[in-house]
Amino acid sequence: MQLFLPIADIPVNVFLILAMGAAVGFVSGMFGIGGGFLMTPLLIFVGISPAVAVASVSSHIAASSMSGALSYWRRRSIDPALALVLLTGGSIGTALGVATFTWLRSLGQLDLLIALSYVILLTSVGGLMFWEGLQAMLRANRGNPVPMRRPGSHNWIHGLPLKMRFKRSKIYLSVIPVVAIGLLIGFLGAVMGIGGGFILVPLMIYLLRVPTSTVIGTSMVLTLVTMLFATMLHAITNHLVDAVLALILMVGGVTGAQFGARAGQKIRGEHLRLLLGLLVLAVGIRFAFELGIKPTELFTIREVGGAA
Amino acid sequence: MRAGAAFAISVLLLAAATAQPAHAEKLIVSVSNHRVTVTPNYSGEELVLFGSVEKDAGTPANRSYNLVVTVAGPRADMVTRRKERKFGIWINTDSRQFLQVPAYLAIFSNRPIDAIASPEVQRRQQLGMNNVVLTQRVGTDYADVVPSDPFRAAFVRLRMEHGLYRESSSAVTFLTPTLFRTGITLPAEVPIGTYTVDIKLFADGQFVTRAETAFEIVKVGFEQFVATNARQHGFVYGLATIAMALMTGWMASIVFKKD
Repeated sequence: MQLFLPIADIPVNVFLILAMGAAVGFVSGMFGIGGGFLMTPLLIFVGISPAVAVASVSSHIAASSMSGALSYWRRRSIDPALALVLLTGGSIGTALGVATFTWLRSLGQLDLLIALSYVILLTSVGGLMFWEGLQAMLRANRGNPVPMRRPGSHNWIHGLPLKMRFKRSKIYLSVIPVVAIGLLIGFLGAVMGIGGGFILVPLMIYLLRVPTSTVIGTSMVLTLVTMLFATMLHAITNHLVDAVLALILMVGGVTGAQFGARAGQKIRGEHLRLLLGLLVLAVGIRFAFELGIKPTELFTIREVGGAA
Repeated sequence: MRAGAAFAISVLLLAAATAQPAHAEKLIVSVSNHRVTVTPNYSGEELVLFGSVEKDAGTPANRSYNLVVTVAGPRADMVTRRKERKFGIWINTDSRQFLQVPAYLAIFSNRPIDAIASPEVQRRQQLGMNNVVLTQRVGTDYADVVPSDPFRAAFVRLRMEHGLYRESSSAVTFLTPTLFRTGITLPAEVPIGTYTVDIKLFADGQFVTRAETAFEIVKVGFEQFVATNARQHGFVYGLATIAMALMTGWMASIVFKKD
């Protein structure tokens, strides 16, 4: 069934978009991530302009993290204080990100920035995850699993001033790195159309030593609020949010996520991380490949002030 | 005496101004639909342009006619960018801005334009893709460039690939020596706005007469509502979108609640 997308200005097959939403939702439910880093490239691939894809995916991620955050809230695995401090940085980062997005769009370099950030971020994060997952799996096979969190170990982060007690996570930590991480995720999210969960969760575990019991729930709150904020800013400044597209993605996404979450529980943690690492790496390499080879079409047309 | 002469001259001038050429043809044209609506399941459409050449007493019999139909969509400024290899990757470097060029352009004729008129007439009447004026901003100057200019050529080629620019030398058919029709194909991603249809009649390589008509393409219903609101009420639109996201997420968490 063909449907005309009002903002993207192209007709699409509803079932194709719905299936894409469900597939990405499945993956996101399985790994506990937003899935924006898969959704945005897929939309670009079916012919939706990168700018509209980034802006619309932010509302899609908001919907999926809303349903995730609610279920984590019921299980009391969200640290409200930590979420609040992360959000301080997150909102500033999002505003900066949308401003950068608008500025680069006027220069004609937005597509390049989106592609470059995908390459750098996805290959490095994906590579690290893959490596870490591989080692954890080898250790597990040898029969001596190492705990993910080494208790009592401190790093330079813990020497910073402005310390604060986060009760539910049972950590005592400076607010500076927390705000900084929020800022980074907010910025990347607005520019790249990703929730940033796949970067945020490792950062919180390894750098901030947030316990695994609260890490995913809390990161989802940050994702939810920054993505809502990004949707709002993209709607006001660039008028690029396609609500029809977003709704189809949301419906597919939240449904897929439920099945993904069930499938994820059947797989062992290190295997899951290895798989996610591979997936992230693959998307990153695909973008790198595209930048490096000579494009079949050297010219592009954009209407001044238009969507494409 | 002098007043009489002045009167006679002005009568003559008036007569000259209103006089028709010795053999006057008139074009009578109509499009099948003056208002095309883009609905949710719109996936392109074809309009039909009908017309006839009306002769009068002075028209020589058995004149054979040629037609060039130019359909131009709403005008907009467009930027064409060229990628170049820099630091091992392909990035946008050079660009040209095209000023107020039609978003849709179709040039239809009943035979190759070279066979209809001389290059000089083609240029003067802006016949064909190579002679349509596409103004570029070059530094501080505004000018059209030669058809072989890489940016102009790329612009036309890309628009053609999307079905937004088209040229056909067999699209106009004469049903009788004076009755003609042509189909105007509109692609799925057709720009919204007013389209002008310019029909020029040629005989023996010379321009005879022209006629103009127009149609408009409008978005209706839900699409129009969404698009207008997104542009004019960004704040409310954003609020509605995030409300929709929150509702969908909330509904999902209820529907799929773990038992």
